[in-house]
Amino acid sequence: MEKSGEAYWKATLGLLTKILAVWFLVSFGAGILFADLLNNIYLGGYPLGFWFAQQGSMYIFVALIFVYAKKMGEIDRKFDVHE
Amino acid sequence: MDLQTTIYLVVGASFALYIGIAIWARAGTTSEFYVAGGGVSPRLNGMATAADWMSAASFISMAGLISNMGYGGGLFLMGWTGGYVLLATLLAPYLRKFGKFTVPQFIGDRYYSKSAATVAVLCLLVASLTYIIGQMTGVGVAFSRFLGVTKETGVYVGMAVVFTYAVFGGMKGITYTQVAQYIVLIFAYTIPAIFISMQLTGNPIPQLGLGSSLTGQDVSLLAKLDQVVTDLGFGKYTTSTAGSTLNMFVYTFSLMIGTAGLPHVIMRFFTVPTVAAARSSAGWALVFIAILYTTAPAVAAMAKTNLIRTITPGVVMENTDVYAKDVAIEYEQRPDWMKRWEMTGLLKFEDKNGDGRIQYYNDKTTNEAAKAKMDEAGWKGNELTVNADIIVLANPEIALLPNWVIALVAAGGLAAALSTAAGLLLAISSAISHDLVKGIFIPGISEKGELMAGKVAMACSILVAGYLGLNPPGFAAGTVALAFGIAASSLFPAIMMGIFSKKMNKEGAIAGMLSGLFVTLFYVFAHKGIFFIKGTEYLDTIGGANSFFGITPEAFGGVGAMINFFVAFLVDKVTKEPPEHIQHLVENVRTPRGSKAVDGAHA
Repeated sequence: MEKSGEAYWKATLGLLTKILAVWFLVSFGAGILFADLLNNIYLGGYPLGFWFAQQGSMYIFVALIFVYAKKMGEIDRKFDVHE
Repeated sequence: MDLQTTIYLVVGASFALYIGIAIWARAGTTSEFYVAGGGVSPRLNGMATAADWMSAASFISMAGLISNMGYGGGLFLMGWTGGYVLLATLLAPYLRKFGKFTVPQFIGDRYYSKSAATVAVLCLLVASLTYIIGQMTGVGVAFSRFLGVTKETGVYVGMAVVFTYAVFGGMKGITYTQVAQYIVLIFAYTIPAIFISMQLTGNPIPQLGLGSSLTGQDVSLLAKLDQVVTDLGFGKYTTSTAGSTLNMFVYTFSLMIGTAGLPHVIMRFFTVPTVAAARSSAGWALVFIAILYTTAPAVAAMAKTNLIRTITPGVVMENTDVYAKDVAIEYEQRPDWMKRWEMTGLLKFEDKNGDGRIQYYNDKTTNEAAKAKMDEAGWKGNELTVNADIIVLANPEIALLPNWVIALVAAGGLAAALSTAAGLLLAISSAISHDLVKGIFIPGISEKGELMAGKVAMACSILVAGYLGLNPPGFAAGTVALAFGIAASSLFPAIMMGIFSKKMNKEGAIAGMLSGLFVTLFYVFAHKGIFFIKGTEYLDTIGGANSFFGITPEAFGGVGAMINFFVAFLVDKVTKEPPEHIQHLVENVRTPRGSKAVDGAHA
């Protein structure tokens, strides 16, 4: 791969790491590992840990994919590899 | 008009709609409709993907399981939606660039080996077949209620209908039919939820209703439910975890990577017009899936609340003491929906203390305070058994909603089960006839012969799945979770390494897939019987149920995937690296440009 190709892949992996970090934090983090702790906080009638496991993580997943698609589009154009 | 007639009418009308659209669509330009997503906007394509993906497990079974599990049921919600993030970021755009049509084709080309493709076909078949067993369980439940017959007869009728539907097949590829199916099933799911949320909390949006206070009370629905179920000896609704935190973690992980590794889901993204479209299609699909998935926890908690309200009126809305003598309803006074479900054998009553009333509680509770009160009240054991798979279908009946809503739910359940079962059967038949028979064993087979092989494969799969569906290894969603575990442990790692590691070679990939698959099957069969046949379990060999750190067989796919990665890595280190042209191929797959050309230009 040429130099720009390597830089492109590096940028892709950088974005990927950020997206998957949020993905992990909201589901495995807030929804499972720290759920008990977060349940002391309330969001309306929802204990927060329960909310992340049964509502919040899903809304964030949807947002994550669209953010990823948009940012990848920008990276594609920056390195001139878009379709 | 009576309920049964209304159900026939609504279900009949929904089928007429699908067939009508199929005929109308064929009259137009045929070829366009056979390529999913060709010329269709990403939004419509996302809707079709959502219909394809949401099956009997999502529609019929999942909320019932969450209803029983409480907080721990969130693993289905996070697992089956979080997988789309992995699909969108790790697999879909790259597989689209690669430009093949099936998963075994990708594995075969990337690992430059027919053996690798054959192993992929094997993994695909085991995962898809297990998935269909779960579907048949769900279809059996839907038909047994729909026709008022036993669950067994329901499965037989389901087998016949699924077969006809799958062979009629052309419908599968038509995006607009799936869009119609999505619309039917999403209305069928959300309308009763809106009614019930209004009744219980006054808030018409179920996602908000679940976090609201009960009508006329200061206490939130969840807090009240926590208190009532604790009194009845069940675990606290908002904190009961699934086994252990570790098990819930691994289970969620297994469902997520299984979602990204299931061939019939991945296939949808091979045919979108561009790499960029592959990324955003996954997003739109998840939007439409999330509408159902964020409603499901409300359906679950509210169904549990309504079930308790039915059996012990006044306990939820008026603070009546649940242990009081005359609070439980008399069996003879039970509502009609209970009589209807008794016919299917999925709801059973046994008067253990002979008082003629229904006691519904957890008689194996470890809560001493509750136990003392239960004994004092003269309860001699739980008397009502409610199969988790009936909760969603019975939900509108429990809430005494109008007949047309009950009928709509029946139509939605059938749409969900049939569309996915048909999709899976087509994935199986193409894997056998195209990837295996034509690709490997008899390259010179005629088109007619290939088609025949596909049909025979479909018929055999339905017979096997139907037979095993009569004595299923678990509830529909639990069985489907096993299928995800199998896909997670075998296919996902091989596909991912094929994109993200230039140096992964065929020896590593094959060893990884086989070890992941066999370790997972070994653990699953120990609990559920060899090939899911009852009576062949070998729990003693592995040291008892859930003996691996308390991890349940449904969750074990996550462990299997780790073994797959590890074995592949080790074998890769001691064998020679893949040829130069394969490494170039991987580089090429990583950039979007040239996705339309057969031989893409480099960056």
